[in-house]
Amino acid sequence: MFFDSFGAFLAMGGHAFYVWLAFGLTLLLILGNIWRVRALRRTFFRQYMSKQVRSREDMKELHL
Amino acid sequence: MKKSGFTMHPVRKKRLLIVLFVFFGLALAVTLTMQALNQNINLFYPPDEMVDGSAPQNIQIRAGGMVKADSLNRLHDSLEVRFTISDLKGSEFPVKYVGILPDMFREGQGVIATGKLLDNGTFEATEVLAKHDENYMPPELQDMVKKNDS
Amino acid sequence: MGAVLLLSVGTVWGLAFAPADYQQGNSFRIMYIHVPTAIVAQSSYMMMGVAGLILLVWRMKLADVVAAAIVPLGFSMTLIALFTGAIWGKPTWGTWWIWDARTTSMLVLLFLFIGVGALRDAISSVETAGRACAVLAVVGMINIPIIKYSVDWWLTLHQSSSISLTSAPTMPSSMWVPLLLNILGMYCFFGAVLTSAVRTGILIREQNTVWVAEVVAGEVDNDVF
Repeated sequence: MFFDSFGAFLAMGGHAFYVWLAFGLTLLLILGNIWRVRALRRTFFRQYMSKQVRSREDMKELHL
Repeated sequence: MKKSGFTMHPVRKKRLLIVLFVFFGLALAVTLTMQALNQNINLFYPPDEMVDGSAPQNIQIRAGGMVKADSLNRLHDSLEVRFTISDLKGSEFPVKYVGILPDMFREGQGVIATGKLLDNGTFEATEVLAKHDENYMPPELQDMVKKNDS
Repeated sequence: MGAVLLLSVGTVWGLAFAPADYQQGNSFRIMYIHVPTAIVAQSSYMMMGVAGLILLVWRMKLADVVAAAIVPLGFSMTLIALFTGAIWGKPTWGTWWIWDARTTSMLVLLFLFIGVGALRDAISSVETAGRACAVLAVVGMINIPIIKYSVDWWLTLHQSSSISLTSAPTMPSSMWVPLLLNILGMYCFFGAVLTSAVRTGILIREQNTVWVAEVVAGEVDNDVF
């Protein structure tokens, strides 16, 4: 460990604002990207399923 | 059609050639443009151009180089500082600046200043930025390097 | 998983265990995300350009799906690199931004990603949009060597590269090993997110085929999502 204490680690030798802002923003964008591709996948499945259900209902109507 | 080796469908080959032709044509255009603009793409004037007269006088320009060791002079009871920027190859010019220097400002390190080159050869700066090099070193290691040098 | 492991080890190492720089103190730790994201941003653009070339010459549909999936990811990487560069620049250079060759060409990269994305949205035909984006992506590849060599060709405020494949790094191993881990980790992250986006992209493009119906049915049975 380079720092003497946890407090010193957080303070980053006076550069806390810059270092943590940079790492925080990066974490945010990384998590945002993971969330985005997951949401993309979920949305596709949801839309695909509802489309299938609809077409099945259409078929029922045809049989009637 | 050849039986073995790398063969390409003639249509694809034609498309590839068109794409490559367009790409390298544009690359050539960009290269020539940048050659023409070369002086404008440079962010600052190095010390030798400041000294030999190729840097324009009395208009706002950027100048850069190394801060000469032991050249930094702080004037008492004002924010005015004077130092010398050198290229460590013999060309150097004096700088006058009123203001707060960046934390990373060090003698022997790079610096880029915005301001005007006066008739007497002094550069009157309105902004000073610190330029650091690509070398990173832990403090203890730097101490060892210094000891070995002396 | 590999991405999570590499990135967390590299980041914790870089943040807490690597020594501070003798000039910059602890602000140099921003390098541990600035450098990896900048490298991956440029690699992702090259990948998009190559995918564009493949689409234009061989008309391979998969290449277009990949190119489309890279856009938001490469944009994010470029944005992180620019943001962290600005945050790093303030305490070291004394300014958030300067119009030197390196920073400006990196900003052009951001605009190229925005441009390719906007072009795709603007054209309703999937095939035409793909080709138009491919042309722009291939042409924009000219910017990549400009970014890379800007610090050598011109006088810039930005420093030269600290690490390269061909020469020794300009810092001790206690500093560059965590950097290397983060670079690898960022590539893994990029690969993982891209793979997921491409898989979904293929399903969307092929949604009228039988095999997609089978895949969807299988995933629903396994309760994957």
